[in-house]
Amino acid sequence: MNAGNGRAPLLQVRGLRKHFPLRSGVLQRTYAWVRAVDDVSFDVYPAETLGIVGESGCGKSTLARLILRLIEPDAGTVRFDGHDVRGAAPPQMKRLRRDMQLVFQDPYASLNPRLTIEDAVAFSLLVHDRPRDEARERARALLGRVGLDPRVYGRRYAHELSGGQRQRVNIARALVLDPKLLVLDEPVSALDKSVQAQVLNLLQDLKAERALTYVFISHDLNVIEYVSGRVLVMYLGEVVETGSADALAQAPKHPYTQALFASAPSMDPDKRMERPPLIGDPPNPIDPPSGCRFRTRCAFAMERCASAPPALRPVGPAHEVACYLFS
Amino acid sequence: MALVTALPQDTEPVAQAPISYWRAVGWRLARDPATLVAGSVLLIIVLSALLAPWLAPYDPSAGSIRLRLAPVGAPGHALGTDEQGRDMLSRLLWGGRMTLVAGLAPVLVALALGTALGVLAGYVGGLTNTLVMRTMDVFYAFPAVLLAIAISGALGPGLPNTLLALSIVFVPRVVRVAESATVQVKGLEYIAAARASGAGVLPIMRHHLLANVLGPILVFASTQVSLCIILAAGLSFLGLGVTPPAAEWGLMLNTLRQSIYVNAIVPALPGLAIFITSMAFNLLSDGLRDAMEIRA
Repeated sequence: MNAGNGRAPLLQVRGLRKHFPLRSGVLQRTYAWVRAVDDVSFDVYPAETLGIVGESGCGKSTLARLILRLIEPDAGTVRFDGHDVRGAAPPQMKRLRRDMQLVFQDPYASLNPRLTIEDAVAFSLLVHDRPRDEARERARALLGRVGLDPRVYGRRYAHELSGGQRQRVNIARALVLDPKLLVLDEPVSALDKSVQAQVLNLLQDLKAERALTYVFISHDLNVIEYVSGRVLVMYLGEVVETGSADALAQAPKHPYTQALFASAPSMDPDKRMERPPLIGDPPNPIDPPSGCRFRTRCAFAMERCASAPPALRPVGPAHEVACYLFS
Repeated sequence: MALVTALPQDTEPVAQAPISYWRAVGWRLARDPATLVAGSVLLIIVLSALLAPWLAPYDPSAGSIRLRLAPVGAPGHALGTDEQGRDMLSRLLWGGRMTLVAGLAPVLVALALGTALGVLAGYVGGLTNTLVMRTMDVFYAFPAVLLAIAISGALGPGLPNTLLALSIVFVPRVVRVAESATVQVKGLEYIAAARASGAGVLPIMRHHLLANVLGPILVFASTQVSLCIILAAGLSFLGLGVTPPAAEWGLMLNTLRQSIYVNAIVPALPGLAIFITSMAFNLLSDGLRDAMEIRA
C-alpha cells in the first residue's frame, strides 16, 4: 500500500483476529465461535480518512474496539504512532489512550444519564489528572466548538438533548484529550438525514482544524464516499477490497463491492434498480462458508472459491482485492 | 496541539439551573399522596421510638400483678396492660426502637456489603463473579425464614445475633440485584467511552457505574425493610431474637398470645404496630420506585 506517499503510518494493523466463544450449559463449555474479525490488516496514514464499510454484523464495530484495545484481540498486532498497542503496559496504555479516541454509534447509550454534559466531557481530562477548573473550562470551550453553547447546554443532562446534540457531545468528549486518531463507529447512522449532514460537516471541519486522522466506520456508502480518502470493504470479518474512494466508486472489482455500490440508493431515476443486486442475508459468522466467504451469494462463484480463501492482490495503484477473478 | 477558542464569559447564563436526578426524585416523592401518608406515619413511628424514654408514661419492664391484662382505655393505661401488668403504651414505644433497629440495620448492612460485592462481581466478571455469585446462591437456596432461624439458632438469642443473622439473610439478595444491574450498565457505551479515555476501574465505578446502579438497588433494599421487620419480629416470637424482659413487638406478640381469650384487643396491638410499620415501608418503597422512573 503506498497511500501514505512514503510517510510512516499512524496506525498499523496486522493480522488482527477476534473470535468470540459461544458458551452454554452448567460448565460453560464453548460449543462454537463467532468469527467477528479474521486476519484484518491495514494502514492508516496521518491526516487521512480511512472508511470501513460493510453490512451490519460484518465485524466493523468489533474492529473499532480492537483498534482501541477495548477488547483484547486473539491474534495480530496494532501499532499506533510506533507503539505496540497490544503489548502496552497499563501506564503506557493510559498515555496512548489520549491520542486515540472513539466516537460511538448510539447517541443514547453513550452518555451517562447521571452526568451533565459538561461533566461528561470533562471526565476524560480529570482521568488524566488535569485540575478540575481547567477541565471544566476546556470542556465548555469544546462544547462551544461543536455547536452547543455551554451556557445553554453545559449543565444539562443527556436526556434533555436530541440525538444530534448528543452526538456532538460524544464528539466533544472524544476530542477533549486532543487525540491524533479518531475512530468513528457509525457516528451518524442513528441520526436523521438532515442532522447527518450537519454532523458530517462538523467532523470534516474539525479534522482540518486539528489535523486529525479518522477511521470512519459506516454501513452507508454515501457517507463513506463523502468523507473517505481510502475505503476498506469488509465482509463477514474479512477485508475483501481496499482502494481509494474514487477507484472503488468508479471501478469496484470485488463482486461484493460491486453489489454494495449497486444497492446504494441513487437520486437518479435512470439508475434505479430492476432487481436487488444482492440476495439473502450474510451467512452466519458462527459457521462461515469455506474458502471465499462471499461465494454463497456471489454470481461469479467458481469451484476454487470453496477450496481456499483468496488473498488480497493489487489490481491497480493502491487498490487491492481478494477475489479469484483477479488473480 | 489544537487550540480551543474560549467563549466570551461576560454574558449572563441563558439557561436556568438544571434539576439534578436526585432532586427530581425528591420533588416527585413529595408530590405523591401515598408516599406522603406513609412517610408521615413512619416519621411518627420513628420519632416516638426515638423519644420513647421521654414519651413512655411507665417503665416498660415494671409491672404489677394486680393490674394484669387491663383493657384498652383503662384508667392510667391508655392501651391497657400485658399479662404481667406492664403498661402496653410504654412497651409499644420502647419496642418500636428494637423493631426498627432490627428491621433497618440488617438491610443497611446488606445495602453496603451487597452493593460492594455485587458491583465488584458484575464489573470484574469471570472467576470473581462465579465465586461471589455461586456463594450467594448457596444462601439464596434456603427460604429466608429458615435461614434466619438456622443462623440465630446456631448463634443463640440476643439482639446482636439477630442483626447478624438477618444481615446474612439479606446480603445475597442485594448482591443479586446489584450484580445484574451492574452487568446491564457495564455493557453500555458510556462505560466503554470512559475506558477509552484511560480511566481505571475505580473512577469508572465511582463516576459512571455506581450512580446508575444505585437506583434499582435502593428501591429493592427499601422493599426488604418490611420483610426484615417481620422476620425480626418472627425470630423474637420464636424466642430466637430479642430476649425477655426487653420490649420488642414480635416478643410481645409471643408472650401475649395465651391471653388472647381473655382480652383479644391488647394482644393484637403489637401485631398492628408491625403491620402498620411494614406497610408504611412498603408504600414508601413503591413511591420511591415510581419516582425513580423519571428518565426518558
